[in-house]
Order: sequence, then structure tokens, then C-alpha cells
Amino acid sequence: MTLWIALIATAAGCYLLKYAGLAAPRRLLDNPWLQRFALAVPVALLAALIAVQALGDGQSLNWDTARMAGVGAALLALVLRAPFLVVVVAAAGTTAALRALGVG
Amino acid sequence: MKTFSLLRSPAVRDSLGIGVAVGAAGLAFGTAAVAAGLSPAQALFLSLFMFTGASQFALVGVIAGGGSLVAGALGALLLGARNTLYGLRLADVLGYRGARRALAAHGVIDETAAVTLVQPDRESARTAFMTTYVVLGGFWVATTLVGALATDRVSDIDAFGLDAVGPAIFLGLLWPRLREGGPRTWLIAGLGAGLALAATPFLAPGVPVLLAASAALLSFVGANEANSPGSGADQTEEVRS
Repeated sequence: MTLWIALIATAAGCYLLKYAGLAAPRRLLDNPWLQRFALAVPVALLAALIAVQALGDGQSLNWDTARMAGVGAALLALVLRAPFLVVVVAAAGTTAALRALGVG
Repeated sequence: MKTFSLLRSPAVRDSLGIGVAVGAAGLAFGTAAVAAGLSPAQALFLSLFMFTGASQFALVGVIAGGGSLVAGALGALLLGARNTLYGLRLADVLGYRGARRALAAHGVIDETAAVTLVQPDRESARTAFMTTYVVLGGFWVATTLVGALATDRVSDIDAFGLDAVGPAIFLGLLWPRLREGGPRTWLIAGLGAGLALAATPFLAPGVPVLLAASAALLSFVGANEANSPGSGADQTEEVRS
């Protein structure tokens, strides 16, 4: 039940954030500080999410060779400008293949 | 015949391509959500109503890591805040008012903003926006359900390498910003990742990621000189391209 409440509240918040942009006064758009920060926050958050989900395990950090190889495969696919789905499949496929071989 | 010519317009063609490709990533979300302990109904609810991929993955990632719901929700909202910026840009381009604006707001995400903002006029902007929104949204919800139901029947998630999917998706979202951003963007990303890793052993799951948002303050360092063309201006352009 608590989980449902959190999901509904977060979904509502995300909607309000979208709506606020469409309905906000025009001059907000021209504020360079707001633009700057709004573009930088996702960069910091995404990088943190990558690091924590690749290396974190609850409150500890551990190196999982198979998982890290999967992330490396995703990076390689991105460098080669592969489509988004290929990137995701490369990551899962590499990790699964290495685990099947007993790595990690 | 009208349908045929509509399908050939660049706005619709781009929108269909992006909608189908990105919408299919809902498979990964449905899988991640159920692996984190959500029910298929809850996964479906998020794809239907939250409808902003990175926030959904972030929330589910925190829940999977045993983190507090508050930390997960805050992380999702912080990531969702970039949609506000897209909305600011789209407001003039789309020119919707009242109920149509309220409905369109739900569809303001990375992909709809990207496709819409490159259109030459309001009519094609509206076509591009609605096509991407409907196609991507439809696929996203459907594939979420498929992923969630399939995972419900699989016992060992790790054997399929699905734990590598989360970081891979975030990397895919971050990559265009790194490729087009300057040294400052790389620095913010590096500091964000470093802060999160350093804080992981000491803080509850989900909180280190929130802490990492403070790395974005680097965007203000030397901001005056950076107002010249080539730094701040470039980053703004990236949303339009």
C-alpha cells in the first residue's frame, strides 16, 4: 500500500513538472542560470546512476566482472552509434553470456 | 490518400521511427520493475502515468537497492525536472491552451521535445509531437506489460544479464550530452559519479544519487565567462537538435 502511495505521488509530481514548463511565464525560459542548471542536473544524476547501478550492491561496492563487461559493451555500442535497443541488448547479452561461461 | 501523404511527411516519419525504437525499451523497464519487487500492475501504472523513462528507472533502481521510497521519489522528480525545461521550450512552439495543454503536458519527454523542436512550423510541430507521443507512449506501455509479465515467470533474473540493462540505459541517455557537451559536462558527470560512489557505503540507497546532483552546481562556476558562445549556449542548443 505504501508503495502504491509513493508511486502515485511521484507520478503526480512528474506530471506537474511537465505541466509547469508548458504553463510557465515565457520570461523564465530566458533566464540563463535556470537553463544552465536544468541542463547540468541530469548529467550529474545520470552519471551517478550509472556508477551506483554498475558498481553498487545495496550499501557496498563490488566489482561484478560480467556486469561491468555488459556496461562496457553498451559503451562500445554507443561509440559505434548503434541504435538504443542494440545498446541495451548488447549489455544484457554480454553479461548473460559471460555468466553462462561461469565468469563473474 | 490523405493518410498516405501524411505518412510520407518528414515529421511523421521521424516520429514513427523514434517512437517505435524507444517505445520498445519498455521491455527493459517492465523487467527491471518486476525484478525490483513491483507488481506488473504497478509497473504498468508507472509507464502509463509517470511516463518519463529515466525517472521510472531511477525510482525502480532505488527500490531494487533496498532504498527508501522518499529517496527514490526525490531522485525521480529531480530527473523529471528537465521535462520542465522542455515544456518551457515547447510552450510557444505548440501553442496549446486549456485542456489540450493539460493533456499535452503528459507527453513532454526527451524524445517528443527533440522531434518537435526541429520542425519548421507550428503545424508540423504539432504533428510531430502528437505522433511521437502516441506511438512511443503506446509502445512503451505495451512493452512494459510484456516485460513485466515475462519477468514474473522467470526465476533467475541475473542469468539473463538484466542487471546490466539499467546502467546501459542511463549510459545511453547520458552519452549524447557527453558527446556534444564540453569539458565542463564531462567534469560534472565525473564528479556526480564520484560523489555517488564515495557516499554509497555511508548513506541509504538512493541518497548518494541525490547528493550527486550537487555536482550540477559546477555549471555556475565561471558562468560569466562561459556565457560567451561555445559553452553555455552550446548546451542549450543540444535540446533543440
